[in-house]
Order: sequence, then structure tokens, then C-alpha cells
Amino acid sequence: MRGQIIMPAFFIIGLILGLSGKLSSYTPPSEWTTYTLYAMIFLSGISIGIDKKSWEVFKNLNLKVLLVPVAIIIGSLGGVALTSFVLPSLTLRETLAAGAGLGYYSLSSIIISELHGEALALVALLSNLIREILTIVLAPMLVNYFGKLSIIASGGATSMDTTLPVILKFTGKDYAVISVISGVILTLVVPFLVTFILTIGT
Amino acid sequence: MSIIIALLVTGIIVGFSIQKIDKLALINLKLLNLAIYCMLLLLGISAGSNEKVIRNLDHIGSQAIIIAIGAIAGSIAICWLLSKLILKDK
Repeated sequence: MRGQIIMPAFFIIGLILGLSGKLSSYTPPSEWTTYTLYAMIFLSGISIGIDKKSWEVFKNLNLKVLLVPVAIIIGSLGGVALTSFVLPSLTLRETLAAGAGLGYYSLSSIIISELHGEALALVALLSNLIREILTIVLAPMLVNYFGKLSIIASGGATSMDTTLPVILKFTGKDYAVISVISGVILTLVVPFLVTFILTIGT
Repeated sequence: MSIIIALLVTGIIVGFSIQKIDKLALINLKLLNLAIYCMLLLLGISAGSNEKVIRNLDHIGSQAIIIAIGAIAGSIAICWLLSKLILKDK
């Protein structure tokens, strides 16, 4: 839970620093962002590879369970594509890229800032953070109306860590296993999916 | 794009090969957190000093909410279909 407060706090501090204009004479060069991004991606890779959980998940895998993350990707991108009708100021590619974060706001927004621009990175950061928060807040209601799988769907890539406690609480152990499997796969997919959407056909 | 994917894959392989060494996972997590903090700080600074972003902050916020709801609703809908049609869930 601590990360949930600290991470947005760092962003907000940066935002205030940027707003105050104190840095206008000293804006951090854009290479900083690039190298930090590279460090982050590499370290994310290590943390995925080093986590025994990620590999055990693949060992005892029921193939049908794999359909859950696939459905979540299709559903998220489909749902987001529909919203692009009411968001005329964003292109379909832009809305899809933000939606492709699947709740993984840090990595997705950073890749977007690098490949596309700050405005969309901010949209992605906020929308994925909101996805995570809504999943936690709406969990009991979602389970009640749309079944146990719905909260795993809503959690997206976060269903392996930040939203897992709520999922466990409202669904039970069997679903927690599905939740971790789905979350691990989606977490792996997010960087590829975001990059793919932003670069295909350009 | 290829750099990002190459770094990620290399990281996964490195992570897998050092899985047996105990404390490294924890150290890596700390480093990763540090990198994320730096990144979010830098992202905040560049967004905050970008006039176009700041002038449209309310707009960006409402776009974010709409996208979040679209993503949640879409994924719930497809997963609901999945559980009814294929997983034959209760």
C-alpha cells in the first residue's frame, strides 16, 4: 500500500516543481528520462525473471485459464476503442495506447512519454491509476453484479500485486490463483502491447 | 522500440539466471523502486513545465476517467462472456 501513496507523491512533487518554474533555467535534459527509462525497463525485466512465482505459474497452468488474460486484453482495448468516439481530441491509437496500460501505470506512462509525448503519458498515468483505484473501491459491487471473474478483469495487470488482496478477500483462493496467473501474463504483455500500438504502421 | 524490448528480455533472462541468489531479488526491487521514483519525478517535472499539458489538465483528467471506465467495462464484458460460454462458471 505504501507504494500507492509514494509513487503518485513523486509525480505530484515533480509536477509542482515543473509548475513553479523554478527549474525553467535548469530543465533536466531529456536524455535523463531516456536512461532512467532504460534502467527501469531492465530492472523490471529482472524482477519478472527473478520472481519464482512467475515461473511456477507457467508450470501448473490450466490452458483455459490463459483465456482470462486474453479476454482482458481484448475487452480493455475494445472498451477503450469505443470511448474514442466520445474523445475526439485523442486519436484511436492514442486511446488504445493509454488503455493498453491495463492498470500498470508506471511502466505504460513512461513508455508513452518516451515514444509519444507528455500529454498522452499523463492521460495514461491517470487512467491506469484510476483503473487500479476503481477496482479496489468497486470490488464488492463488481463481484456482486458481474461475478468473481469481473474483479480480476477490472484489475488487469495489477491483479498479481496491488489489487490481489482485495481479489482474495472477495473471491477466494481458487480465483486468487487465476488472478496471479492473469496478472503475471498481463504485466509481461503491457510493455510490448503499448510499444506495438504506438509504433505499428508509423 | 527494439531497445525497450531487448532490455526487457535481457532483464528477464538475467533475473532468471540469478534466481538462486537470495538477497538479489530484494536489492533489485529497491533499485527498481528508485528508478520508478526518479522516472515519475522526471515525468512530473516535464508535465508540469509543459504549458500545453497544464492548460488542459481538467481535460486530461476527464479523458483519463473515461478511458479507465471503458477499459474496465470492456474487460468485464468479455470476461463475463468467457465465464458463461467457455468456462461454464456458476
